[in-house]
Amino acid sequence: MKIIKIILLAISILFIFFAQNNLDPYTVSILNNIAIFAILGLSYNLINGVAGQFSLEPNGFVAIGAYVTSLLLLPAATKVDMFALEDPAPIILALHSNFFVALLASGVVAAILAFILSIPVFRVRGDYLAIVTLGFGFIIRIFAMNSPKYTNGAMGLNDIPGTANLYWTGFITIVTFIIMLNIIYSKYGRAMKAVRDDEDAAIAMGISTFWIKTYAFMTSAFFEGIGGGLMASLLTTISPDQFTFLLTFQLLIIIVLGGLGSMSGTIIGAILVMGGTEWLRFLDQNMDIFGYNTGAHPGLRMVTFSILLIVLMLFARKGIFGNRELSDMIKRRSK
Amino acid sequence: MILQLQNITMQFGGVTAIDDLSFNVNAGEIYGLIGPNGAGKTTLFNIITGNYTQTSGKVVFNNDEISGIKPNMIVEKGIARTFQNIRLFKSMNVLENVLIGFHNQAKYTYVESILRLPRHFFYEKTIKQDALNMLDKFGIADLAYSNATALSYGNQRKVEIARALATNPRLLLLDEPAAGMNPSETEDLSHIIKKVKDEYGLTVLLIEHDMKFVNNMCDKVLVLDYGEEIFEGKPSDAIVDEKVVAAYLGDFKHA
Repeated sequence: MKIIKIILLAISILFIFFAQNNLDPYTVSILNNIAIFAILGLSYNLINGVAGQFSLEPNGFVAIGAYVTSLLLLPAATKVDMFALEDPAPIILALHSNFFVALLASGVVAAILAFILSIPVFRVRGDYLAIVTLGFGFIIRIFAMNSPKYTNGAMGLNDIPGTANLYWTGFITIVTFIIMLNIIYSKYGRAMKAVRDDEDAAIAMGISTFWIKTYAFMTSAFFEGIGGGLMASLLTTISPDQFTFLLTFQLLIIIVLGGLGSMSGTIIGAILVMGGTEWLRFLDQNMDIFGYNTGAHPGLRMVTFSILLIVLMLFARKGIFGNRELSDMIKRRSK
Repeated sequence: MILQLQNITMQFGGVTAIDDLSFNVNAGEIYGLIGPNGAGKTTLFNIITGNYTQTSGKVVFNNDEISGIKPNMIVEKGIARTFQNIRLFKSMNVLENVLIGFHNQAKYTYVESILRLPRHFFYEKTIKQDALNMLDKFGIADLAYSNATALSYGNQRKVEIARALATNPRLLLLDEPAAGMNPSETEDLSHIIKKVKDEYGLTVLLIEHDMKFVNNMCDKVLVLDYGEEIFEGKPSDAIVDEKVVAAYLGDFKHA
């Protein structure tokens, strides 16, 4: 079992080096995209799938991460030039750091916010939790829109140094994946699942469900913040409009498709969803079928993709992996 | 006295579920709580475990007032419970269910588990061994890796009690442990409860409708009807008590 894990790890690392150095920029950009959505999906799955707290806030934390990283990376002179609506606040000008620290700061800021948020949020359960967290995502976006002193408002930020590459995104994906599995296979992960299965029974086992949910929420926010930072550095330009509910929705598709509560499933989900929408791009263009030109039908790609998703969900109700990990499945086979 | 209830009253809106009820449970006793449906037995459990806060009155456990404390803290003080309708964690196997009970005994932090520091491995190993020993006591160690919900009803009940015992309680509350079991399963269960009670020095407070089970298990019973105490004493005296019979079957004499 251990050998399989080490081999898998080695293959992934070798692949990252190979891909960054040998593949064309277009493919690398797709892989980057997959890696970022894998990071976001993994962290979102911890709170949504493992701890079973149906929350809809990741776009908020991703936005925070993206803004923190961007503002830390941009040099003061660039900020002065860029902020057109209002002069940047002194604190925005003063802060500056390298990429690694910026990412870490993004994660920490998001996690602290998650902690503050968890106090009111976990007073409610179920559907109400979804609505409250949905509101948080909106608030962050509206705040970014209306605070030109800090975020340059609706104009967003551009010229963000593009430090991120596949080494960054790939290795952070691997680290996130390992950390998530470490959490799941510990007493904290078990407690999260217990909260998901039956919260009252978990309380009757002496588990402080508030803290368990808060741990899951903070961890989730931490990596969503980092994912947001990576996203900002890859795109080199961000604006509040990028962080709408659609982003959350995309992550939701990834984790439901992969299997709620399954981290290996999330990786597969990210590859299928982010890769799939790219691979199907040929559908939007002119096609020759047996010499007959169909003409271009923009949008055919998304229609096909949606149909494929529906078909997949019909045959795999609980997602591709259910709530199991790859390792559980191998173990079961070998028994 | 391990548990004292003093003048407990519980009202839900205009309905009085428990009306000025007081009783004491001595350490080492098996104390039965019986009464017709809707008498307030489960409500009383929920008050003791902190899920409900009583309208008035005090709950004292081990000379310590526990009213108003959060349910998970009450578990840490040494009161564990099982549920009327078995509530195992569906997505987990039997061993994991019991491991959840050991949650607070594995004293490693979140960061230690993320970084897989030595304390993580040490405590995981310890509680896993403890959990397997616990299952062994209930005679279900061979089922450790099967899915908890795939077990027979009797075995699920055992898992639930094992899980409650894993929290290291001094007082165990059992809500209808024999419900839905056939006579041989009931027999088996009563042996196990007596065995673990002696082994762990437990006090047991149980709700049960099966009078044969109550008779054979309990040192003392309290009969509740509409939230009021109508009898306290030996189970064999309860079944011949006029008021108790009237509560269950109706009052023939005055009908």
